[in-house]
Amino acid sequence: MTIYLPIAELSVNILIILGMGAAVGFLSGMFGVGGGFLITPLLIFYNIPPVVAVATGANQVVASSISGAITHFRRGTIDIKLGTVLLCGGLAGATVGIWLFALLRRLGQLDLVISLAYVLLLGTVGSLMLWESINALRRAARNEQVQLKRPGHHNWVHRLPLKMRFKKSKIYLSVIPVAALGFCIGVLTSVMGVGGGFIMVPAMIYLLRIPTNVVVGTSLFQIIFVSAYTVIVQATANYTVDIVLAFVLMVAGVVGAQYGVRVGQRLRGEQLRALLALLVLAVGIRLAVELVIPPKEIYSVVSAGLGY
Amino acid sequence: MRILAALFPLLLFVAAPAQAEPQDFPEKLDIGISTDEIAITSDFRGADLTIFGAIDGFNANLLAQGKYNIVVALEGPKESSTVRKKQRIFGIWINTSSMTFELVPESYSLSSTRDIETIAPPDQMNNMGIGVNHMPLTPVGYIGDGSSVGEFRDAFRRLREATGVYQRDPGGVQFISSSLFKASVRLPADVPNGVHVVRAYLFREGVFVAAKALPLRVVKTGLEEAITQAAHKRPFLYGIVAVLLALVTGWVASVVFRRD
Repeated sequence: MTIYLPIAELSVNILIILGMGAAVGFLSGMFGVGGGFLITPLLIFYNIPPVVAVATGANQVVASSISGAITHFRRGTIDIKLGTVLLCGGLAGATVGIWLFALLRRLGQLDLVISLAYVLLLGTVGSLMLWESINALRRAARNEQVQLKRPGHHNWVHRLPLKMRFKKSKIYLSVIPVAALGFCIGVLTSVMGVGGGFIMVPAMIYLLRIPTNVVVGTSLFQIIFVSAYTVIVQATANYTVDIVLAFVLMVAGVVGAQYGVRVGQRLRGEQLRALLALLVLAVGIRLAVELVIPPKEIYSVVSAGLGY
Repeated sequence: MRILAALFPLLLFVAAPAQAEPQDFPEKLDIGISTDEIAITSDFRGADLTIFGAIDGFNANLLAQGKYNIVVALEGPKESSTVRKKQRIFGIWINTSSMTFELVPESYSLSSTRDIETIAPPDQMNNMGIGVNHMPLTPVGYIGDGSSVGEFRDAFRRLREATGVYQRDPGGVQFISSSLFKASVRLPADVPNGVHVVRAYLFREGVFVAAKALPLRVVKTGLEEAITQAAHKRPFLYGIVAVLLALVTGWVASVVFRRD
């Protein structure tokens, strides 16, 4: 059963797209991540032009993040003030990212940069998460008490100027690292089509020492607005958002996520993190292998239309 | 008036090869297709087209001996195409060099009475640009000493044939009576939109004698057309709708599956 994608300008098997959306939705529900870092590479493996995959991936992230954000909003676990500072950095980053995206596309290096960025990011984050969760699992096996880092312990981040009080998070922090983090995530969103939660959450906890209870909600708040902004700008500047593809992915994704959440609740936190780390590493390694092994075809053809 | 305006470029398309037609041969070629428009619907999987044609003013003797050969090509809209070449740098494969060819067809389906290499000498085919191996591939921009043009051309042809947008079918043209023939050409599933041209060529004993061309419009229809139009004409609004769609989908899911 095929469906024609009007923007990607090709026919695809709708069952494969539904399957991809459901699988990524399942995993994102299970691990509590947006899934952009999985959907964009999967679409590229399935021959969707990278330009369309990135822009459409950002659209899928909006859908998969909204229900989580609504839940956190009801529970009052979003620090709007902190989120707004992140968002300001994020919007600036996304703007730079889209400009970078267009530049790389002209130079013919977009696919390389997207792959390299994925390899670096997924490799680093995956390794760190795996290391952390294996240690946690070993401690749990030995029945040791997990040592909590004291939030009072300050690092260089807390010596920066322009401090601001964030009441909900109960912290007093410089806006510079917050906006800088938002900026980096914004660049990643527009160049790679990811929400960036899997980097933002650890950075907020370990680097900025923001209390864990507001971290997820606040990062979702930032992700929704930056992804939505990216979608609108990509649509306006590059005409690369495929609404048909995005809709099929979204519907399958939100349904898959519900089942993922149920499975996720039966697993322990450190088991979940170890599994997510393995998944992140697997995607990174798959992309790295592609860059390193001699390609079957060293030439590629793009025409003036949708090439990259 | 709008129809006239729409037809005008088509007429130009048709008229161009007719001027090149040699005048001193008695044979004339006529072709017809059942439709001048192919609609891309949501379940489009490519299309087979049958083109019927007849040779007028033929020499019965030569026809009986099989001295007439027909080539039918379906050419897609023309665009500039860039071929990129990867090289290994610091262990990873990177696009290092590229060459852009001006205005080459986005799709090309060739059908003939037999292998076109045996129909006429290669020079003739090169001059007329018939066949994947003979179509003009003119590089634009800086090409250095030009020594790499050949390899990029070969790569371009090979890739286009490998993805199925360029195809050939020697034997795709069949005579159904003495001078009546039918040719089948194929539009691939990822066919480009726009004006395609069906070109038919008649050869007598290796000499080109007549040609005919017909336009074929490939258009998106219904929802697909509406979406493409919206994406290109009102991109800002389109982006907002895409985001709203995502918000509503996510919200509906959170309401439907709500468990608390």
